[in-house]
Amino acid sequence: MIPMLQVDSLEKQFTLHLRGGLSLPVLHGVNLTVHAGECVALSGPSGAGKSTLLRSLYANYRADAGRILIRHEGEMVDIAAAPPRTVVQVRAKTLGYVSQFLRVVPRVSALDIVAEAAPDRSQEKAAALLHRLNIPTRLHALPPATFSGGEQQRVNLARGFIGGHPILLLDEPTASLDAANADIVIAMITEAKARGVAIVGIFHDAEVRNRVADRLLHVAPLQDAA
Amino acid sequence: MTEETLLSARGLSLHFGKVPALVNVDADLWPGEVLAVVGESGSGKTTLLNVLSGRMRADSGVTWYRDPQSRLHDVHAMPAPALRALHRSDWGFVHQNPRDNLRMSVSAGGNVGERLMAAGNRHYGNIREAAIDWLAQVEIDPARVDDMPRTFSGGMLQRLQIARTLVTHPRLVFMDEPTGGLDVSVQARLLDLIRSLVARLNIAVVLVTHDLAVARLLAHRIMVMQRGEVVETGLTDQVLDDPQHAYTQLLVSSVLQA
Repeated sequence: MIPMLQVDSLEKQFTLHLRGGLSLPVLHGVNLTVHAGECVALSGPSGAGKSTLLRSLYANYRADAGRILIRHEGEMVDIAAAPPRTVVQVRAKTLGYVSQFLRVVPRVSALDIVAEAAPDRSQEKAAALLHRLNIPTRLHALPPATFSGGEQQRVNLARGFIGGHPILLLDEPTASLDAANADIVIAMITEAKARGVAIVGIFHDAEVRNRVADRLLHVAPLQDAA
Repeated sequence: MTEETLLSARGLSLHFGKVPALVNVDADLWPGEVLAVVGESGSGKTTLLNVLSGRMRADSGVTWYRDPQSRLHDVHAMPAPALRALHRSDWGFVHQNPRDNLRMSVSAGGNVGERLMAAGNRHYGNIREAAIDWLAQVEIDPARVDDMPRTFSGGMLQRLQIARTLVTHPRLVFMDEPTGGLDVSVQARLLDLIRSLVARLNIAVVLVTHDLAVARLLAHRIMVMQRGEVVETGLTDQVLDDPQHAYTQLLVSSVLQA
């Protein structure tokens, strides 16, 4: 089994300078290894730091201590310490992230948003994936700003999955979806695992979690853990 | 990853009287990378742009530019004609006010073609063809190639300035608040245009903006300036979503959510 992502002793706290330097510790001593083809679900109560951990794994949040090793082009790269340019390259080739909400770019159509994330910029593949996620052709040419929450999430999922990244981070990928669309996403996650993609996700829906996750990583609120 | 920088500055300092405009500023830019410089007015970001582009001198510090032949040039030690030649070909400068760059008494096509002529092109047919092609790329009706810029709207003028700047395929473009002062709908179109052109042509950009949303949309990296000092620098989304410095936290929390 090939480790794709390895977290050693990760620490994260927020220092709020506008609140007199108030310090909020969120993650302490987090260790995690995810192998190719494996899906680890982050569990724990709301506010425990699951999203903070997921965002730290993407280097969207800065780790205060510890290492986040990502297998990128055959080498383990510590994106907690890597220069920004390396992180940009790791994200382009290796590390994909599906956020809960689509950050829409004005004027860019749903089809282009997805195609731009495809390695070959293929509009055909983008259209096929949008169809699979039940986004009808008549919506493809429109910017998703006016789409429903569920439609935006599916555009976001299409953009996240089309890149073919060997590691995927999923933040509530089925939160705004009905059962039929959630089933499609579960099938896409299962197929990605079969291809060897390593996945870390937050899935609030217990049924979804049970169907995709191989293991759970419990994230406990620090006050309780202490 | 061993790729060399296109532009590097070390220890730039500049005072206007007692007011510090730049305090020991370092900056690096790699080919194809977009670097946003943000901060409130008076933070020194436009001064930094002017110094990096050789339009203004610092009191101390050095700025190096690597040309396509991989030769290093000290921007502030270059002879004036060489610097002008650089600004006409390998570099571009997009001003907040397009009238600072465009020639208002010359046709739209002439404004685009003039930069090609300055770069040594002499074939009238090719120049006109390139001008028409670039008008289309910035979404200006090619039928308006012979119209005077004064008949254009503000958004069109800004797009014409971008066509004029990019026609020589510069590797490095300096932009000073390129979307400032435009209606939001016009801004969105311009941002989308800059975003796609910069990515497609692999242009490196130093972008000065006070608008964090513009920085997020366009830039790979961001530098936050306050009173002439770089207080924070890093990945754009990391700096905006997890700001470390008190001033960055203030900037990020001061943005109105639309």
